[in-house]
Amino acid sequence: MALLIYSIVYLAIIVFFFFVIRRIVSYLNNPIHVRWELYPVAHEGKRASYGGSYLEDVDWWTKPREKSKIGELKVMIPEILFLKAVWEYNRPLWYVTFPFHFGLYLVVAFIGLLGIGAVAQLAGITIGSGSALSSAVAALTNLFGPLGFILVIGGAIGLIYKRMTDPGLRKYTSAEHFFNLGLFIVTMGSASLTWLLVDPNFHFARTFIANLISFNMELIHSPLFNLQILLAAFTIAYIPITHMSHFFMKYFLYHDIRWGDEPNIGTPETDAKINIVLNYPVSWSASHIAGHGKTTWAEVATFNPVAEPEASTNKEKE
Amino acid sequence: MNKDLQINDVSKNTEKLATVKNEDLMPLPADFEEKAWADIPEETKGKYVCILDDVNILQIPIPKTVEEEEELVNKFINGMRKLFTKENNWTFLSMLETTMEHCAKCNTCSDSCHLYEATGGNEMYRPNYRTEIFRRIYKKYVKKEPFSRWRNGDIDLNWRTVARLGEMAYRCNICRRCAQTCPIGADNALVAREIRKIFSQELGITVPELHDKGSMMQLKTGSSTQMNKIVVRDNVEFIDEDFSEEFGYDFKTPWDVEGADILLIHNAGEIMAWPENIAAFSMIFQAAGISWTLSSDLAAYDSINYGVFYDDVQFARTAILQAQAAKKLGVKKIVLGECGHAHKALTVIADRVLPEGLKTPRESCFPLLRDIVMSGKIKFDPERNNFPVTLHDPCNVTRLMGIIKPQREIMHKLCPQFREMHPNGPHNYCCGGGSGYAIMSRNNIPEWRFKVTGRKKLEQILNAFSDSRGPEIPKYVCAPCSNCKGQLRDLFERYQLLEKEKLTYSGVVELIVNAMVDVKPGFIKWGEE
Ligand code: SF4
Ligand code: SF4
Repeated sequence: MALLIYSIVYLAIIVFFFFVIRRIVSYLNNPIHVRWELYPVAHEGKRASYGGSYLEDVDWWTKPREKSKIGELKVMIPEILFLKAVWEYNRPLWYVTFPFHFGLYLVVAFIGLLGIGAVAQLAGITIGSGSALSSAVAALTNLFGPLGFILVIGGAIGLIYKRMTDPGLRKYTSAEHFFNLGLFIVTMGSASLTWLLVDPNFHFARTFIANLISFNMELIHSPLFNLQILLAAFTIAYIPITHMSHFFMKYFLYHDIRWGDEPNIGTPETDAKINIVLNYPVSWSASHIAGHGKTTWAEVATFNPVAEPEASTNKEKE
Repeated sequence: MNKDLQINDVSKNTEKLATVKNEDLMPLPADFEEKAWADIPEETKGKYVCILDDVNILQIPIPKTVEEEEELVNKFINGMRKLFTKENNWTFLSMLETTMEHCAKCNTCSDSCHLYEATGGNEMYRPNYRTEIFRRIYKKYVKKEPFSRWRNGDIDLNWRTVARLGEMAYRCNICRRCAQTCPIGADNALVAREIRKIFSQELGITVPELHDKGSMMQLKTGSSTQMNKIVVRDNVEFIDEDFSEEFGYDFKTPWDVEGADILLIHNAGEIMAWPENIAAFSMIFQAAGISWTLSSDLAAYDSINYGVFYDDVQFARTAILQAQAAKKLGVKKIVLGECGHAHKALTVIADRVLPEGLKTPRESCFPLLRDIVMSGKIKFDPERNNFPVTLHDPCNVTRLMGIIKPQREIMHKLCPQFREMHPNGPHNYCCGGGSGYAIMSRNNIPEWRFKVTGRKKLEQILNAFSDSRGPEIPKYVCAPCSNCKGQLRDLFERYQLLEKEKLTYSGVVELIVNAMVDVKPGFIKWGEE
């Protein structure tokens, strides 16, 4: 039994990382795309405040570019932590989606704290006694866990309610949405019950993680605790397979697309990438593309299907 | 009916999917009478699929047999398959895939759409509506995701679904205001454009104004206006003479000057419709002592690039011709005149399309104009512009390029009664002509541009002049983009804003020249005065 439970958890962690990495690698393996930035671009220094860009300068390619990482953080942190865009543009939804997401952040922090506690435990330190640091870890674990569970459950119930009752949202809601939210309610519900009935100081949880780290497959003798572990394992493995993978893919959507304003000036690596895509074969069937004996993007794009004699291109004078 | 519209209604055998009723339209801060929709002409109805709503834009031939119906579906799915390959769609694959995978279906983007708002929340205009149909088809028939019906919702794919989706791709201005509000970074505007691409690039089904009379005409004659190089030079010469005489300021527009610093590319539509814009650029550049030229090479005297709206191949072809012209002349840079989509096309999108030998730097005219105005080289009298002026931000220049301040600095210096409309800058609303509609006047398309796409802009303009309403005070909307001007021209005419509000529109350069001391007063006119 213990072997089965631990194996499932290891497997879940592997599946989680496998799908996260697969999504990221698949994105990174895509060819170069055209620029499609959308202002305000957060790293545009002082100009970001009004949505401006380096293109506001004459001869912009000769000017030093100001790229502010702080500017990006100033946008990303409120967006990730507080769901600023939903707050601004969809307030009724924010009241339920914010607790849900914030609750999840707390649960992630809670697992992190359990991890720290588990390592400490393996090093012979008992969490919650002794040093101030150890007490702080214990106190924060005890705060973040239950608060996270409650917020996730409340938020998920609110989201289900919204998705069922708001006629606009209802149409765009699939069975998977309800399943996902239900899964969070059940998982967090079992975690709450375990905390209330079996593991009030998360001693079992910390020990379980310590066992995971040290490959010590010792059974925790509580069916409720083990049920909670199995549900959590399933949830962890499941998230990156779904649209919820936006929690990490958002990085690329923002940095590579929305804020992807890097100009192709003095960038030989971009030229090399363009060279690759221009040699890709094109198989679109419409008559203005196909049927002229042109096969690559470079050939198709430099071919004028309706050129009148003497004016097919603007080539340099002989 | 329109609010209850379901995703799957798109596949049903009904006469129309949706309609916009006058009583649902967003109210305006003025009393304008709205008429019922004019019928789509029988001739159009007899030839093309007209089953979406009250308008027809995309010309999809009516399938006459079951085989033809199936063919339409199969070709569409084939196109969709290609759209998700790196070879055929390296240009936008990353954006498209992430939008397909990560949209949370939260509808946060809905209220940002001026079409959705103008129609009183008509479901068909919800930014995510067409995307959701597209996404369900993709997941079920192309990606073949396991449990797709359960995970994404089901869709019934038949010829009606395909035809309506194609037409629906032309119910969006591709202004990307919705994308700006998305917490995830998904982009419903992009999906509208990708659907247009399938129809154009795979099925060869296009909008005549954009393709045959647009990008193909530009490749054939050099300009969608059909002006060839001889005609365009004649016309500009005529403009030079005419305006030199009328305004007592002698100037000459230079052509094909090898080694000039700047190749200026106008939207050639200006030459026909707004010659004062061409003249104004020439007067300002001459007064500032700039080394510049126009090119009479194919496509290089017309900055338009309608491929931006519907076809990547046509886009690339046009951009390459323009870049080749710059290389041939050996100019230091290309400057784009007052045309928003041309700005974005050649400066931003072409940036990763043009190969190494064709990378002459490209920039907007607005920073250059700002520097000229601020340089002190030209004497101005701002009192000549002492009437209420507001600024319309072309989406392509502001939201998609971040060029916000230069044009405002000019306004603040030269227009004593300048006031913003709200919201503005990167958060502006599209004029309603975006993504090609400004040049469409077929059948009842203009009616749709007035009632639906241009409605929010009209509200914004009227609100910007709330302190100076009525025909007594002349007012000016500065709309520095040919497409936006086309839309405003038609909008103002429809609602008789010149007569009722003494409202006119034009660009930034006209305001600059109107304030130039060396030019006779009266460059800006209100109607036939
Ligand atoms: S595109 Fe963005 S804002 Fe719109 S429904 Fe999808 S996730 Fe929500
Ligand atoms: S791109 Fe503009 S017009 Fe199209 S759905 Fe988005 S907000 Fe509406």
